[in-house]
Amino acid sequence: MKIILILLQLIFFIVLAPFLSGLVAKLKNSFRMRRGQSVFQPYYNLMKLFSKGEVVSQTASWIFKVTPFIVISSTLTVALLVPVFILSSPLYCMSDFLAIIFIFALGRFFLALAALDTGSSFGGMGASREMFISSLVEPALCLVVFSISMQFGSTNIFVFSGMHAVSVSSIVAAIALFLVVIAETSRIPVDNQETHLELTMVHEAMALEYSGRSLALIEMAAHIKQMIWFFLIAQIIFPIAVLSSINLTGLFFWGLWYLARIFIIVITVALVEVLVAKMRLFRVADFLGFVFVLGAIATVCAILGV
Amino acid sequence: MLDFLPKQLFLFDPLSLFFLFVIFIVSLPSAIYSLGYLKKEYSSFKIILSWFLLVIFVLSMVAVVTVGNVLLFLVAWETMSLVSYFLVVFDTTHEKSIRAGAIYIIMTHIGTAFLVAAFMIMYKYAHSFDFIAIKNVCLVMPVLTKNIVFLLLLAGFGTKAGIVPLHIWLPYAHPQAPSHISSIMSGVMIKTAIYGIIRFVIFLLGVNSTWWGVLILILALITCLVGVIYALMERDIKRLLAYSSVENIGIILLGVGLAMLLMAMKMPYLAVFSLIAGLYHLVNHAIFKGLLFLCAGSVYKATGTRDIEKLGGLIKKMPQSAVYFLIGSMAISALPPLNGFVSEWLTLQAFFHGALNSTGGTKLFLGICAAMLALTGGLAAACFVKAFGMVFLGLPRSHYVQSAKEAPFSMNSGMFFLSFLAVVFGIAVGFIIKLLAKVAAGVMNIDISSMSFSLTNLILTPRIGLTAVGVGKSIYLSTPMLALVLAAMGLVGFVLYKLFGKGKLIIYKIWDCGYYKLDSRNEYTGTAFSKPFRIAFSFFLLPYRKTQKIRESFYHIKSFAYETHTTPVFKKYIYEPLVALVLKSAKFMRRIQPGSIHLYLAYIFCTLLLLIIFMDKF
Repeated sequence: MKIILILLQLIFFIVLAPFLSGLVAKLKNSFRMRRGQSVFQPYYNLMKLFSKGEVVSQTASWIFKVTPFIVISSTLTVALLVPVFILSSPLYCMSDFLAIIFIFALGRFFLALAALDTGSSFGGMGASREMFISSLVEPALCLVVFSISMQFGSTNIFVFSGMHAVSVSSIVAAIALFLVVIAETSRIPVDNQETHLELTMVHEAMALEYSGRSLALIEMAAHIKQMIWFFLIAQIIFPIAVLSSINLTGLFFWGLWYLARIFIIVITVALVEVLVAKMRLFRVADFLGFVFVLGAIATVCAILGV
Repeated sequence: MLDFLPKQLFLFDPLSLFFLFVIFIVSLPSAIYSLGYLKKEYSSFKIILSWFLLVIFVLSMVAVVTVGNVLLFLVAWETMSLVSYFLVVFDTTHEKSIRAGAIYIIMTHIGTAFLVAAFMIMYKYAHSFDFIAIKNVCLVMPVLTKNIVFLLLLAGFGTKAGIVPLHIWLPYAHPQAPSHISSIMSGVMIKTAIYGIIRFVIFLLGVNSTWWGVLILILALITCLVGVIYALMERDIKRLLAYSSVENIGIILLGVGLAMLLMAMKMPYLAVFSLIAGLYHLVNHAIFKGLLFLCAGSVYKATGTRDIEKLGGLIKKMPQSAVYFLIGSMAISALPPLNGFVSEWLTLQAFFHGALNSTGGTKLFLGICAAMLALTGGLAAACFVKAFGMVFLGLPRSHYVQSAKEAPFSMNSGMFFLSFLAVVFGIAVGFIIKLLAKVAAGVMNIDISSMSFSLTNLILTPRIGLTAVGVGKSIYLSTPMLALVLAAMGLVGFVLYKLFGKGKLIIYKIWDCGYYKLDSRNEYTGTAFSKPFRIAFSFFLLPYRKTQKIRESFYHIKSFAYETHTTPVFKKYIYEPLVALVLKSAKFMRRIQPGSIHLYLAYIFCTLLLLIIFMDKF
């Protein structure tokens, strides 16, 4: 039973994650009055990359070769820890919010090393910027996790995976978490996924030397990471009750709301991407400082009990 | 009459045994490593001398953590400091060593002076130098005296531990010693200061004011951040590691300080838990910092330089050392499933549960402490991406790398042992925590039998439940399981990789934007890597930069000079004025020493007179 759950959750994330990215891209184009690519474009991209050969730099060592597997492994591990199905996860006892930060760090650490491994200066640039941003994200994220967990008495994600009252604190925390997610999923205004301009790219610069199947794994990891964060935010700001009665209409509305809340977040992300301009790298420090302050406010709210 | 003579020579409680263990797990591989490291580097006389000093050094540290008497403690402490001084200046040919040694010996003696003062006050009350007698008398000591003793002890041990701003000697002395000694100094010696704080402040003095813990927490936070920011800026690999030691001492002290705070707040079980976190990080840091210093030594021996801007691409020349350095870097960056992850996670959990069970402002304070710890972790990861990336990856940046060869077996076996421990301490968490709980409970004199530690080897569940303040929820983490899942998911990735056909793999030169050959001069450097941090923390680092165009004519720029460095704030604004003050007052004092014998006789007479009056009065 447990094995089936694990497999289901894995397939769920691997299959659906590119769709969310495609949806964001489609919505962005709709907001800009463009026709845009198909929602399924990320799937086509992945298929193409998976079936292609790859070119590896002469300078690269084994670090470069194992990194895609480590990146996908750390992301999929987190994917197993997140509550999705019937608000449970096969490995729920380890779903610690703080541990998740560290597991993501594992993939990022290796991706940064792989970027330095090729000997390309773009890689170095990307690695430096990514480590800079992530090291500033971590304190803000930690404070947000604190404020959320403090209301529930544990840092385990499952304590807030059921129905709970939405408080001021959790709304502020969710906003802060949303801003963190923008930085973590390399979206505007922190990073831009659509460009390969050396002045602005961060995540793309790290993966620049990757091609073919390795690139496919790294891109897939990025899609999955985004999906994980969307589900976490959804659970904090739009908590959903465990399905109690098993009648068809109940199931229908429950499922509708379950998907709608993810959709709301997708729309918000797309709107932010369209409406906001990309920041200079050093403004990102201010941006993340702001997130930190939001986290502190959320903590104070949690202390006051509102 | 002779009541100051020791009645109790040794004290073997769990705390001592724990520190003995830490000393041996680092000293043993370092000693094996030195077999290969010293060969060809030094003359045979010097090799014998180094073994002699090493043995005394280790024995003195053993004495420090096992004696049960303050006088003997001081003797051992001084022996340790002096022998380590000789080891710092072991490379007498380097002028840097002499200077580093001088800074070290001055700072360490200032620290000892504070300790002596603290011990004198303790003796005044206890009329004995034995730990047990002092412990008994500390129960009735007036609060003010207790506070003074605490501050003196903190300054004394803080100097040895490298608490900012007393850390100034550490980045000079540690890198200058031969690498196996650096490894012992950073891995173990500075930990004896933590032993001192735990033994004298928590065990003997007993914590009952909250501000002690708060003070240590604040100092620890500053130490963490300053240490890691300087480490990020550093380009000398061993100095980078030394600054990182400063940072890790901060993390250890976060656990210890939190334990003190929680103890004063009457939350004994949580206090035990956070002391466990601190001790866990202590042994972890001993392992991975020892490992990293040994690796740095291998790199230095193979290439003859410690400047990371001149290294690069060593992963191909020294594949084994690269793996060990990678394991050390991953552990110190707190990546699962290695040991650093466990202790940093425990510390964060200790902060969380402390915050959960306290009230009002303390909650926010502990939350911000945890956030700063997370910032430190992020910066440390960046620092070690830089260290590993610049030293081992990319293209060789200079001719130093050309002739590099893999380290001999003896050196590699020392490193292998420590890497193995880094993995073991990440996996066998339940077992280790059980042992550490005994140590922590012994120090704080708390009965933990009511504390339900349901620890199996697989799942770590320290139930903090039923503390004095309320019912907490249990926390779970199973690193073996996590490692298993990570491996399984890696396999899933591999299956995905293999699932769709099998495209060709082509090895080709890097994309060079259409220019001709890219060489190592086009690579990113360590200084460039740390530039975003230099700018973000410019309020503290005060970077200086100068660019200059050297022109052949108005139209043609022949070359371009670029200079950048950061201002060593503590040296410039604290220590240099202090040294200037000392020199100035010395100059002033010289006036009363004109060399006339008559005047000196008069001084002696006056002193005698004063002493007689003094004796009569008191």
